[in-house]
Amino acid sequence: MIRMQNVHKAFGDNRVLRGMELHIPKGTSMVIIGGSGTGKSVALKSVLGLIEPDSGTILVDGKPSDSGDRDAFLARFGMLFQGGALFDSLPVWQNVAFRLLRGTLKRPVDEAREIAIEKLRRVGLKADVADRLPAELSGGMQKRVGLARAIAAEPEIIFFDEPTTGLDPIMSGVINDLIREIVVEMGATAMTITHDMSSVRAIADNVAMLHDGVIQWTGPVADMDASGDPYLDQFIHGRAEGPIEAVR
Amino acid sequence: MNPLSLLAHLGRVVLTALAALGRLSLFAVSTLTHMLRPPFYPREFFSALLNVGWLSLPVVGLTAVFTGGALALQIYSGGARFNAEAVVPQIVAIGIVRELGPVLVGLMIAARVTSSIAAEIATMKVTEQIDALVTLSTHPMKYLVAPRVAAALITVPLLVAVGDIIGIAGGYVVATQNLGFNPAAYIKNTVDFLELKDVVSSLVKGCAFGGIAATMGCYYGMQSGRGAQGVGAATKSSVEAAAILILAANFVLTGVFFSL
Repeated sequence: MIRMQNVHKAFGDNRVLRGMELHIPKGTSMVIIGGSGTGKSVALKSVLGLIEPDSGTILVDGKPSDSGDRDAFLARFGMLFQGGALFDSLPVWQNVAFRLLRGTLKRPVDEAREIAIEKLRRVGLKADVADRLPAELSGGMQKRVGLARAIAAEPEIIFFDEPTTGLDPIMSGVINDLIREIVVEMGATAMTITHDMSSVRAIADNVAMLHDGVIQWTGPVADMDASGDPYLDQFIHGRAEGPIEAVR
Repeated sequence: MNPLSLLAHLGRVVLTALAALGRLSLFAVSTLTHMLRPPFYPREFFSALLNVGWLSLPVVGLTAVFTGGALALQIYSGGARFNAEAVVPQIVAIGIVRELGPVLVGLMIAARVTSSIAAEIATMKVTEQIDALVTLSTHPMKYLVAPRVAAALITVPLLVAVGDIIGIAGGYVVATQNLGFNPAAYIKNTVDFLELKDVVSSLVKGCAFGGIAATMGCYYGMQSGRGAQGVGAATKSSVEAAAILILAANFVLTGVFFSL
């Protein structure tokens, strides 16, 4: 479904992606792991067109991601941002129903609100949260609202950018379980980037390890522990010693 | 210093300035095209009308009334040196309508509105809200920039008109209460002396200054760097640029209206 071929991206002298190759089959959940600053977010944003790669090809369903109707392309995606990225000036329900209140997916206000409340319930939030502002919610609640927004328009593809960053272990577990349930229930294709190994084990069908701008290892999550790849082994066991420099 | 390296340094400065001007021009053209093409976001537009126009009235009114009063005192005491105290109504009217009204309102809008737009958009950028807008199939130029600039183009001339009236009223109060002017004669002299061209120039300047103030806020907000420092730098730069461009545009527009 999503294929990245020989994708390069540099910011000045910093070559972040150096020929990245990745394939995410339809209906599967791919988790990209790697150290800070290795280009995981750049890869994810390149697929969405938020960052333009210097070279290489990104295909979604066999078609280049930068061709065709941009709105129709983006309407297939939902995304949960690292910090939630909720709109401060809008109440929670309008954040969740943002896509349903304008553009090609526009619905009547009452219907959009009903869908928003249903999605909030789906992520474990009560209806009374709907009229609050994002600033009045805790970090975990904001993540759930972000998740509700990501799934509100029932997208085919969902991206999760560091879904558990900044959350306590219990809330991280709740979010991981929700992501897994929602992805399975919707039959969506998912791409997640994270450092959190508990997220990897909870969310992933397949794992890809990004290091030095290329995918060092990729395979099913079940094979991860016995991969024999020194980069992956060092990362998943959190060792300071190994081929990945601890100070980058 | 080596003359060649001095020349190279000068060249770099000129090229950097030209590149910045080019980026800004492209941004302004893009803003204009997004203002004219659907989809439109009326809720954002009305919210911007409220913020730029209605909520700026107190600061504009206070600035204008104090400036009008001070101007009347200055003209009276200055005019006394050559027995021209009687020209207070005419000079206050022309000074406020042609120059001080639009410029002071423009600068107040730069301080109040440009800074708030730049800080808001820059914060949205650093917290990935602008990326979120894109992923929700909403163009940030249409949703954030076009409504704010359109609102400023409409409301700032109205604020200037209000500022002109309040400024003249400030001069009237000081002149009639402190300087012994006859109220009816003061109003008659003001109305008789002002020409349509003075009022039109004031409103045109207001429109231009409103466009500059909102565009600078949006431009620097969208260009913001990361973190709190990026937001601070974007806000500071937007107000500086807006104030300087407003004063420069005032000079150009005054020259244009003088030549008519």
